[in-house]
Amino acid sequence: MGALSTPVIEDAPTSTINDDDAGAAAAGSTVDVVVHDLRTATVRELNAALHALPEGDSSRWRVLNPDGTHSIAAGLDRPVTVEIEGPAGYYCAGMNQHATVEIHGSAGVGVAENMMSGRVHVHGDASQSAGATAHGGLLVIDGNASARCGISMKGVDIVVGGNVGHMSAFMAQAGRLVVCGDAGDALGDSIYEARLYVKGRVASLGADCVAKEMRPEHLAELTELLRAAGRDDDPAAFTRYGSARTLYNFHVDNASAY
Amino acid sequence: MTHTPDDVASRGLRESATFDRTTIAAIQHAARTGIYDIRGGGAKRALPHFDDLLFLGASMSRYPLEGYRERCDTDVVLGARNAKYPLRLQTPVTIAGMSFGALSGRAKEALGRGASEVGTSTTTGDGGMTEEERGQSKHLVYQYLPSRYGMNPDHLRAADAIEVVLGQGAKPGGGGMLLGQKITERVAGMRTLPVGVDQRSACRHPDWTGPDDLAIKIGELREITDWEKPIYVKVGASRTYYDVKLAVKAGADVVVVDGMQGGTAATQDVFIENVGIPTLAAIPQAVQALQEMGVHRTEGGVQLIVSGGVRNGADLAKCLALGADAVAIGTAALIALGDNDPALDDEYRKLGSAAGYYDDWQAGQDPAGITTQDPELQQRLDPVAAGHRLANYLRVMTMEAQIIARACGKAHLHHLEPEDLVALTIESAAMARLPLAGTSWIPGQGL
Repeated sequence: MGALSTPVIEDAPTSTINDDDAGAAAAGSTVDVVVHDLRTATVRELNAALHALPEGDSSRWRVLNPDGTHSIAAGLDRPVTVEIEGPAGYYCAGMNQHATVEIHGSAGVGVAENMMSGRVHVHGDASQSAGATAHGGLLVIDGNASARCGISMKGVDIVVGGNVGHMSAFMAQAGRLVVCGDAGDALGDSIYEARLYVKGRVASLGADCVAKEMRPEHLAELTELLRAAGRDDDPAAFTRYGSARTLYNFHVDNASAY
Repeated sequence: MTHTPDDVASRGLRESATFDRTTIAAIQHAARTGIYDIRGGGAKRALPHFDDLLFLGASMSRYPLEGYRERCDTDVVLGARNAKYPLRLQTPVTIAGMSFGALSGRAKEALGRGASEVGTSTTTGDGGMTEEERGQSKHLVYQYLPSRYGMNPDHLRAADAIEVVLGQGAKPGGGGMLLGQKITERVAGMRTLPVGVDQRSACRHPDWTGPDDLAIKIGELREITDWEKPIYVKVGASRTYYDVKLAVKAGADVVVVDGMQGGTAATQDVFIENVGIPTLAAIPQAVQALQEMGVHRTEGGVQLIVSGGVRNGADLAKCLALGADAVAIGTAALIALGDNDPALDDEYRKLGSAAGYYDDWQAGQDPAGITTQDPELQQRLDPVAAGHRLANYLRVMTMEAQIIARACGKAHLHHLEPEDLVALTIESAAMARLPLAGTSWIPGQGL
């Protein structure tokens, strides 16, 4: 903690931390929480301290007054839990590995971009490019996500409680995107092997993206994703979308599709 | 039948300057196949280039240094503006970004070996970092590209510098393409794509737009790597003056400017030949931008790396004299490894090409084993021997530049300056902002 100018170790009941990790401590017990106030210390100090934690460290952190600061909790590589008490700026939890990051507010552009593993939960709305290029882990957005949600996703799972904007899942390569509301224009344009599940209306599908049959295995994986996101939507109300695989190899006859 | 120029002239035949044989062949190819030409390499058309510049050696008014006796240093430090660990290279010739996928793993290993042997850096490309490359590269620059294929924070932290790629000289404004025949299981696995599909790399980054966003993105990369690594921004040469200013404003430690002679693994010929500006025209624009921002060759300043058609020590010396801090080579490095080797002429001819002309780097059939993923063809390249050839070539380039620098009285390659140069043509004089040889006239700058 040496890099922190104002760390505060507080004894707080777990119930006040809004924790969904039941393994952290039994109800009523206390855990140490490191508090970092971004009005009195910098995001550099916060990230340096989080990066300096020993391997396997599972400590708990609270970030106060984020006030839209960029790159909060970026580049984490330990199974820590970070609670951000307010709106986060760009690239919050960018490239996350192993950590659980809870954002109690809105998230700016590129939340959990290129996440490799772990869990990021936005208890609010997310801006553009949420989960962009992410390879793994679970991104949950309780509210709406803006344009390009899941753009170029490479294996991440994303569950959005509300709507997603245009060009979501553009060139999506792998992973699952679940949209419990509506999807904007050009959903899944030039999609590869990602699977998309949308409960509401899709404004339009992008090139090579088509509606597909919902087979039992898809219902099963969707059920599991909704459960992991803490949602009770009916999986049977969703439609699956994916690649028609007609544009995988360039052919001159398809030129008008681009 | 082959026509020699003498035969053709003696029979009164005259080739059209507009519809020359290459143009006729291109029209016929388009009519026959319905598809444009895709190839590797950079612009082939004649352009104002470094050959159009000459050095003014010392005589009465300047004092030369003794060759083989007096020191002429060649080291360069890149990225000290913000990074805790800037790159310290022994020669200002670096290896440009070329992907594993476009190149075989053995070719990437050879590039790393050659660069490390002479104390310079090599660069990854689209598709991520391979063990061969990291293992053999003392200084490895990790490219951060729009596709983010294989992008992994562990690799980011394992790199010695990070290069945010906005474009390249062969195709400013264009994304990448790796045709299905080169997407083997290993390449597909690294890029999270099915085997055998065409891999399209986006032309825009997925999570930022414009210079204001780029500043925030660079901030994130610095946070993730704890402000240890230099961050480069690479642009294809087009609106270079403005692009360099915006890159510096966004926080770049190093700006890489790649002219239109810079190579590509696979791009449409029409794009390569018609988009972008020559390297010679880009350098003075970049230098002006850095000078106006007070970061050119200053303490804590921003370094300029130039690429696109750099072939020898004279080109290197000219780039540095015009204001670059280092150069990057791609095509020339592949030639040093063994690309277009005359000994392979028969095999190139079987592919419809010839030694000295082979540019189908996209096809994956390279008889030299460099631009291929074919398991048998790859084995033809010995990474140790090829790496050593590259090191030899890098040493020759460096020594050639030293020869010129000493003749101009410079004890370090970076002491070369525009005042040491003149131009041979009006075009090159205007682009390089140098006087036409024998005059004090710089076209475009008044009297």
